[in-house]
Amino acid sequence: MTTWTRSQGQALVTVPAYSQPQRVTQARVLRSEWIKLRTQPSTLWSLLSAVVLIIGFGVLYSFLREARPPHGVAAIASFDPASVSLSGVQLAQIAVGVLGVLLITSEYASGLIRASFAAVPRRLPVLWGKATLLAAATLAVCLPAALITFLAGQSILGRQHLATTLGQPGVTRAVIGSVLYLAVAGLLGLGLGGLLRSTAGGISALFGLLFAVPLVASFLPGTWADEVGKFLPGAAGQAVTSVYPDPATSLAPWTGFGVFCLYAVVVLGLAAQRMRRGDA
Amino acid sequence: MIEIHALTKRYGATTAVSDLTFSVQPGVVTGFLGPNGAGKTTTMRMILGLDEPTSGSVTVNGRPPRAHSAPLREVGGMLDPRAVHPSRSACHHLLALAQTSGIRRGRVDEVIDAVGLRDVAGRGAGKFSLGMSQRLGIAAALLGDPATVVLDEPVNGLDVEGIRWIRALLQELAGRGKTVFVSSHLMSEIAQTATRLVVIGRGELIADTSVADFIASAAPSAVRVRSSDQATLARLLRSPDVTVTAAPDGALTVSGLTAEQVGAAAGAAGITVLELATQQASLEDAFVDLTQDAVEFRATPRPNAGAICKEEK
Repeated sequence: MTTWTRSQGQALVTVPAYSQPQRVTQARVLRSEWIKLRTQPSTLWSLLSAVVLIIGFGVLYSFLREARPPHGVAAIASFDPASVSLSGVQLAQIAVGVLGVLLITSEYASGLIRASFAAVPRRLPVLWGKATLLAAATLAVCLPAALITFLAGQSILGRQHLATTLGQPGVTRAVIGSVLYLAVAGLLGLGLGGLLRSTAGGISALFGLLFAVPLVASFLPGTWADEVGKFLPGAAGQAVTSVYPDPATSLAPWTGFGVFCLYAVVVLGLAAQRMRRGDA
Repeated sequence: MIEIHALTKRYGATTAVSDLTFSVQPGVVTGFLGPNGAGKTTTMRMILGLDEPTSGSVTVNGRPPRAHSAPLREVGGMLDPRAVHPSRSACHHLLALAQTSGIRRGRVDEVIDAVGLRDVAGRGAGKFSLGMSQRLGIAAALLGDPATVVLDEPVNGLDVEGIRWIRALLQELAGRGKTVFVSSHLMSEIAQTATRLVVIGRGELIADTSVADFIASAAPSAVRVRSSDQATLARLLRSPDVTVTAAPDGALTVSGLTAEQVGAAAGAAGITVLELATQQASLEDAFVDLTQDAVEFRATPRPNAGAICKEEK
């Protein structure tokens, strides 16, 4: 290694040479993205919000249902205590989805994406790195939160003898499915952000897809509303989060989740297509 | 080494760069000059592999910019010094970039030291002054010790000390055999640093030359003379090919003759020469002469062209 110095006027410049080998790999890009993920405040705030919403709203709604338990045989039969305790997931998907959007649009907004792409000219490793870490971080943070809210919710509902356990059929699947749903909602946000390259656009599209489209679909005539509705991203994904999904308005749990994943894959694929070609 | 051949870039109906062909050689600092909006940044984006050419080609060190497996070793660039996550520290910003290529952590410290950001490296880069941001951008460009360095307007917003530092840095990089390509819209900046010069205007190549030749070709030099008898000397020198004008301080400005010719004419007439000097055309004059047809935004009042900003009715 050589060091060179020279002064001109008062300026003194010393930049050591660097002769170590270099090469871009997916694993290295993943490490780079990990540094980015943990050094931007939106990660902390989004995931913290997700945890607070999962546990806070789950416990709150459990207290509410404990105070107003279901009456009558039919109501008790269809009562889903796991879903009650996991109801905060519906709100947490906003936090995780927005994090997904921000993860990529913040780089486009600041112009940092150009430095990222100059360092990784194939570009797609950046997207896959973000997707992998977003999913992993969401699972790592939200799985404990989902377990806590489930256990807390059941102990509250148990006072009215409405509680269930992880051993009951479909319950563990619903708890884990809720967390998987959140991870894929985040990936959907990431894909929309990468496709639209604008924070406002990405968040609007995410909310539109998850909340506005089902609303519009519900106005369809006759059984069309239910038939179309169950294939929409939100409803399809949430099939895996309830213990007894209603076959009239919902797909089978893993089928629905598969459809939800397909949405995320398509959107991420379109984002990748736009990212790989074209201008940064 | 940067080689650009018949490079054209269109954004919709706007042609940003049109049929550019030039090369940037290693071992010297090459200035990239043009008025605002001339297509300098667009060209640099294509050199860094960020924008795809509409037609034509760019190669960096012999390969298309996106074909390198160790890009930070080949080309380091700074386009926009503010392109950082505002709350991420300079350290983490550089570390994230370094990690993509497996550049070790110690190298990040080295470039931070080299650009003089040691004391603020742990702070959020969003709070940096423009000068500090420029230094961070340059640190990022130097991370992989690249063979080619591309900097867009690196002296913008720098103080005198910072400008000197950049000049010394660019000279050093060129002295190590690197290809150094630096844009500016100010001729005077480039002239003090660069040896070679590429000038563009409205996306088209205007000149690809050395700084010295550029100045010589763009505007003829004049001779400034003061003597014991200005009126007689002026009469003697005037001819159809020579113009003589009086400067406010009483000196004569003669164009069309060399200093030797003016001195000889004065001597032959027995006039004592008090001051005799060749005036080099100023760099800005040379630049303006060449690019005046290519300036995209110019303040030319057009009295009867109607209102520019129309009020809603």
